[in-house]
Amino acid sequence: MSALVIVLVLLPLVGAAVCGALVKNGRDGAARSAGFAVSLVELVLVAVVWGLFDPAAPTRFQGRSSVEWIPAFGVSFSLGLDGIALAMIALLSVLVPVVIAYTSFTSAAERFPDGPDGEPRGAGGFVALMLSLQGVLVALFAATDVFVFYVMFEVMLVPMYFIIGRFGGARRQYAAVKFFLYSFLGGLIMLGSVIGLYVASGTRLGAATFDWAELQRLAVQLPESTQIFLFLGFFAAFAIKAPLVPLHTWLPDAGAASPIGGGVILVGVLDKVGVFGFLRYCLPLFPLASRTLAPLVLVLSVIGVLYGALLAAMQTDMKRFVSYTSIAHFGFIGLGIFAFSQQALAGSALYMVNHGISTAMLFLVVGMLAARGGSNRIADYGGVGRIAPVLAGLFLLAGLTTLSLPGTNSFVSEFLVLIGSWPREPVYTVIATVGIIFAALYVLWVYQRTMTGPLRGEAVVGGGPGAASARALAGGPGSDTVDTDPPDAARKARFGDLSGREIGVLAPLVLLIFLLGFFPQPVLDVINPAVSATMSEVGVADPVGPNGVAR
Amino acid sequence: MGSQSFSDALGVDYGALAPLLIVLGGACVSVLIEAVLPLERRRPAQLVFSLAVVVVALVAVVVRATSGAADVVVLAGSLSVDAPGLFLWGTLLALAIPSVLMLADRSVEPGGVFVADPEALAEAQEKVLAGGSRSPSGTGPDSRGAVARRGGGGGPDPATPPEMHTEIFPLVLFALGGMLAFSAANDLLTMFVALEVLSLPLYLLCGLARRRRLLSQEAAVKYFLLGAFASAFFLYGVALLYGYAGSVRLGDIAASAAGPLRSDTLLFAGLALLVVGLMFKASVGPFHTWTPDVYQGAPTPVTAFMAACTKVAAFGAILRVFTVAFGTTALEWRGVLWAVAIASMVIGTVLGITQTDLKRMVAYSSVAHAGFILIGCLAITPAGLSGTLFYLLAYGFTTIAILGLVSLVRSGDGEAGHLSGFAGLGQRSPVVAAALSFCLLALAGVPLTSGFTAKFAVFSAGLADGMAPLVIVGLVCSAIAAFFYLRVIVLMYFSDPAPDGPTVSLPGPMTTVAITLGVAVTLLLGVLPTAALEWAGAGSFLG
Repeated sequence: MSALVIVLVLLPLVGAAVCGALVKNGRDGAARSAGFAVSLVELVLVAVVWGLFDPAAPTRFQGRSSVEWIPAFGVSFSLGLDGIALAMIALLSVLVPVVIAYTSFTSAAERFPDGPDGEPRGAGGFVALMLSLQGVLVALFAATDVFVFYVMFEVMLVPMYFIIGRFGGARRQYAAVKFFLYSFLGGLIMLGSVIGLYVASGTRLGAATFDWAELQRLAVQLPESTQIFLFLGFFAAFAIKAPLVPLHTWLPDAGAASPIGGGVILVGVLDKVGVFGFLRYCLPLFPLASRTLAPLVLVLSVIGVLYGALLAAMQTDMKRFVSYTSIAHFGFIGLGIFAFSQQALAGSALYMVNHGISTAMLFLVVGMLAARGGSNRIADYGGVGRIAPVLAGLFLLAGLTTLSLPGTNSFVSEFLVLIGSWPREPVYTVIATVGIIFAALYVLWVYQRTMTGPLRGEAVVGGGPGAASARALAGGPGSDTVDTDPPDAARKARFGDLSGREIGVLAPLVLLIFLLGFFPQPVLDVINPAVSATMSEVGVADPVGPNGVAR
Repeated sequence: MGSQSFSDALGVDYGALAPLLIVLGGACVSVLIEAVLPLERRRPAQLVFSLAVVVVALVAVVVRATSGAADVVVLAGSLSVDAPGLFLWGTLLALAIPSVLMLADRSVEPGGVFVADPEALAEAQEKVLAGGSRSPSGTGPDSRGAVARRGGGGGPDPATPPEMHTEIFPLVLFALGGMLAFSAANDLLTMFVALEVLSLPLYLLCGLARRRRLLSQEAAVKYFLLGAFASAFFLYGVALLYGYAGSVRLGDIAASAAGPLRSDTLLFAGLALLVVGLMFKASVGPFHTWTPDVYQGAPTPVTAFMAACTKVAAFGAILRVFTVAFGTTALEWRGVLWAVAIASMVIGTVLGITQTDLKRMVAYSSVAHAGFILIGCLAITPAGLSGTLFYLLAYGFTTIAILGLVSLVRSGDGEAGHLSGFAGLGQRSPVVAAALSFCLLALAGVPLTSGFTAKFAVFSAGLADGMAPLVIVGLVCSAIAAFFYLRVIVLMYFSDPAPDGPTVSLPGPMTTVAITLGVAVTLLLGVLPTAALEWAGAGSFLG
């Protein structure tokens, strides 16, 4: 299994190099096929690892391997999986083939901005960047060395920066730089804490180290004042990444400007690094500080739930809308993590997986709609359900899983978070529950405006801004130019329903939404040991008894 | 055996001194070559000779470092050849190789970046006049058969631009010799002499640019005047310290400070003045004011040589002075230098943001980096020493690569320099843009580049020595500085090139080797830094 974990890291990177070489030789189609094949092999390998993973194993990490890297700093390239990391890697391995398939084998790539030769950029470069991002993210989730984690945390910005900057929408440059700077700033603050932790381990353990397990043992020796400073450094980076509310402004820009495939991975997996960091680094390494500062995080999370929901309802751009719904969901995840109960923590970990699936679904459906209408504005659409019933149905399903309807995957995790948070944090739980109502508001309102009623809207029937760019199918700055078509072109829809390929792209996600909605237990079984370990590392008793009743 | 007793008799350990002697002796021979050889054979001869000198000296350093020879103080206590000293020597000589290659290159700027040799210029003018008056149809005879190239400059426009000055080679060797002595000097007077030996050739080199003569000369005059002031400060400090300790030996100063109680006024006044002189050379803010003008005005290869090697030598000397002479009194003076380090980091980053010329931006970035390096110098611990040494090595190679790449982007009358010239470089010249992006990310401190490893080493040493506020300022400044490095990358990749924008010249083999070396070392020290870190941490200064 150790060898398999290493292969999981290396395979996408090698695949990215191959794709890059193929693109360089002008064989864009071959690059897309090769990239898709690599991502499928990765998915199979992850399934094998999932099968080999033993939830009853006594050790926290399985499939461990370690190679000495920089002995002068006590750094070794150590990998190992716990249940939460495995779940995140599995989510990633499902989403990457979906994204590659969507970008490569549907008409999505035609919306990429023009390259230097005036032709739209081919999807091959996108696929190569996506695979390299996948390799880095797998290494990040699997890292059991804090230094390696930090390195991957910074390195993952580079492919994402180029995905947004090269393949994004009109404001891609601004969004890419904002994304990079926000994350890099957070990373540097975290670097301060990483160094502080390293120095503290040197003075207290005798030998300075970055090994996660060693540093976790250090936690009992660190005084609370030190822990608070170190916690805040990590927290700053993760709160920017997750994003919690005052630090969230980069996400709507990045989400709106990135290509659909990039947005899926950005919001679905890359942002999860923030909440993953809370679970893996903040809680176990700084338990005292986590308990002391929990009210801060809880307040920010609950604000995020309400504020994200309200802003989502007010959005005029569909991709910004999806980004803001995610901010609300990250609030729930934060609430569950810092409520310190087994159920809430497990719910948050499961939420990380489920939100990835829901957001991917929503992003892809929005992308398919926008590719047809040539516009991201909600007001440009109306009555789409009449001409594209399958698209409308899948849009509704994506919306319902976003608002956590029972029977869909998100319901299980949201319910676990709320029921687990109640015994310890009733006030925050009640406030957050209000967020569910807002979620219904924003989802159904957007659905009503775009999908129901008579055919209307510039992008659907008119010859407005949407039509111009729909003809060009290029996106980019040109889509802003207003040209007036003769009025008699109206009253006839300009596009039809989803193609077979597009349905094929969405099918696995639909399957997972219902599967995890009715049978979440296999994932929970994998997650639970890691959650229990985290609970004991934080050192608080579970407020929920074995029979599920609060003490 | 015989030679051993001979050197013992004179009391000189030639084995330890070999690198310094080779470089300084080579410089003298290089002057002779200049006097003896005819004009057209000088450049190749000088280039081969200078490179050979540097490489042989580097081999001597490596042999000495790997032989396990004991640290020694030679020449009646004036030079100390110890493990950190050898690392500094190795770094200086390794950085000198790409510098010399870039200095000698003629492919980017026809005839070389330096002002034309008067002899060659007269010859060329004669040819033009003769050709012009004799036959209007034919071109002037071209004895060397070189191909005519675009952009001959404002003066007479001959088929081949006149050959550059070849005096630059002995000048560089003398400067290098001065740097080697500066970083190994064990007493303050030797340090002063070495400071002058390294400075005077640099003043000259700055003023010798072929293009934008006024800017270049202004840079040289500014550098010289301010440098002369700094030297005077340094010398005054030496005098005060002599008054305090009765000796200029670094070890004696430390011994006096630890000895019987007496007034510290002279000690700290002397240190303050000494530090002004040293900080000036290392371009630490607020003693940095010469840096942007000189970096911009000097020929780019000279800028690269100064930015990399002068910094190494100056910080080597700072490390040695702080550790050996003032290590025992560190608690009393360190607070003041905290302020200097913070000032340097803040000035470098804040002013760096406002720059529109890439060379000036690199200059301000070097001021910010000087602040980071100073954090390592202030931690008077083994970790601080090794971290600083590693930082110098990493920073030097990255800077040389960046300046080499900058020299390739040219508009009609020389280097483009202005940021707008880099718009769309990613489309026109992907390799240059990728290499430049990589080096800029290294300066920003992104992991897997040498810049990150170096920053990590220095900051962790600073934090371990109780300088948390400095480290926090350093991290915040790194984040702000990332903005202006990133701005260049954004311009290169996401902007469309201007239709009449600058062109990218194809570098000749020498510049290519220099840039490749810089980029390769930047990557290597980022991914596998262990060997360099171990060598940097191999020993400590010998008092």
